[in-house]
Amino acid sequence: MGRLGDWRQRRQHNRRRSLWRDALGRLLRNRAALLASVLLLLILLLVTAGPLLSPWDAEIPDWDKASMPPDLSSRHWFGTDAIGRDLFVRVLEGGRVSLLVALLATLVSLVIGVSYGAVAGYFGGRLDAMMMRLVDILYAMPFLFFVILLMVIFQRNILLIFIAIGAINWLDMARIVRGQTMSLRHRGFVQAAEAIGVQPGFIISRHIVPNLLGVVVVYATLTIPQIMLMESFLSFLGLGVQEPATSLGALVSDGAQEMQTAPWTLLFPASLLALTLFCFNFIGDGLRDALDPREHL
Amino acid sequence: MLRYALERLLTAIPTLLLLITLAFFLIRLAPGGPFDAERALSPEIEQNLNQLYHLDEPLPLQYFRYLGQILRLDFGPSFQYRDWTVNQLIAQGFPVSLTIGGLALLLGLLAGVLIGMLAALRQNHWLDYLLMSLAMAGLSIPAFVLAPILVLLFAVHFGWLPAGGWEWRLQYMLLPILTLAMPLVAYVARLTRASMIEVMRTGFIRTARAKGLPLHQIVLRHAWKPALLPVVSYLGPAAAAVITGSVVIEKIFTIPGLGTYFVQGALNRDYTLVLGVVIFYGMLIILFNLLVDLLYAWMDPQIHLDSREGY
Repeated sequence: MGRLGDWRQRRQHNRRRSLWRDALGRLLRNRAALLASVLLLLILLLVTAGPLLSPWDAEIPDWDKASMPPDLSSRHWFGTDAIGRDLFVRVLEGGRVSLLVALLATLVSLVIGVSYGAVAGYFGGRLDAMMMRLVDILYAMPFLFFVILLMVIFQRNILLIFIAIGAINWLDMARIVRGQTMSLRHRGFVQAAEAIGVQPGFIISRHIVPNLLGVVVVYATLTIPQIMLMESFLSFLGLGVQEPATSLGALVSDGAQEMQTAPWTLLFPASLLALTLFCFNFIGDGLRDALDPREHL
Repeated sequence: MLRYALERLLTAIPTLLLLITLAFFLIRLAPGGPFDAERALSPEIEQNLNQLYHLDEPLPLQYFRYLGQILRLDFGPSFQYRDWTVNQLIAQGFPVSLTIGGLALLLGLLAGVLIGMLAALRQNHWLDYLLMSLAMAGLSIPAFVLAPILVLLFAVHFGWLPAGGWEWRLQYMLLPILTLAMPLVAYVARLTRASMIEVMRTGFIRTARAKGLPLHQIVLRHAWKPALLPVVSYLGPAAAAVITGSVVIEKIFTIPGLGTYFVQGALNRDYTLVLGVVIFYGMLIILFNLLVDLLYAWMDPQIHLDSREGY
């Protein structure tokens, strides 16, 4: 029994080590990524539920209390801005807008990038060459300048703008997905599906795309901070979210103008922005290392 | 090599054409004309203005007229800055942007590569962790957050440097260049570290070690070339990022560069100026990518110059 039992046990143990289980194990061992995930959850909780904790409203100014430093007794935990609005509530509002907009744009870029890349990679040949040449050409476009053009066209409707940003920002995703699809399409299960006459569209949506989940998750996590940066960048230039609505970029821009007299108006939104970006970058890095343990940048 | 260069040059042409077409038609989609800002224009004057700038012609005709102009490298007159042509505005703003952007690119590459190599050679050492944490911070702190803080520190608090404005002197350039270079340093450092670690594990480096070559010679003679390939292929996006970043940096430090004109143009619907800047920068990026491709081909002996299946 002894030896054989050992061997059986070990074999069963080995069999249980699936790709995802391995990945999860590696992710849990990555303390930075774990910490970042917890922090990010806290941030998400705070921006959704946080404003309920404060008695103040994000949009009602109180002229008597303009530019007040943080003060616990009046429950202006982050102080007030130049026209007396509570900064705590505004920062959380801004964080929510920034996150929401980034998630939405990422979703759009995901849908376009995955379907484009999967189609190009699955069919290959001349179609693939053409589709990828188009991606090459689009890569050479000065991206931000087009975003600014879109800004002018959409009259600063923030949702439309970010759908548009997502619609431009799918090139990386398409390239990565294409590469993965090309290696998947020669695998047994895809060829089996082809052999029994399954339609290409069905193969792509049922067999290829689910197997792309890993890379897609990783690059989505890395796309979100990119788009958050872009949003704050545009808002900073005055081309993004318009008053009284706000976003982290708009708050940083306001804060930068008053940092000499009221540094807290810069400090709080800037910290939340940097912290959120930090979390997403660490999680994305951790996920990438976990799913594909080769060395990456 | 010559054939490869020629081939790359030929693919640049459709790219450029798409760029011009997209930009041209996108900006025409926008509601509002270039003369909306001025109040109380009489219809006759507006008609005259439209006639002067050919805005009354059918769109396809305008498009081909514009293409013809671009071929002669003439971006036409600016709608908002009267008495100025777009060429003059570019000639005015671009040298400033180029100086800041070029120096930032150079600094970003040099510092990034050095930091990345250092971290790679000390992999999993405290220095590696420190440098990579700093790089992560560099990626996560936007330039427009860092810039005000630097201004507060060096201009307001210590009074060593001017808080903004522009003169052709180093004091005025230092802060803009630093903030513009920072994300680049961070990204290039991460890129270099990863590829350097990979290269140091390959067979030919092991051979070099086995024959007793000291570390600095291994790096200087063998490792640097393959390790820098990812950095070279990142040069194109890096240049684009610097150009983009310079728009914000110019606003923060009130520098009269091309980015400032561009944002103003976008807000004022200055069609010709916006188009001109987009196309000018697009051309620049395409040209830069061409040079980068050639550099890459020179550095990587494995690249196949004739087939372009390099994904």
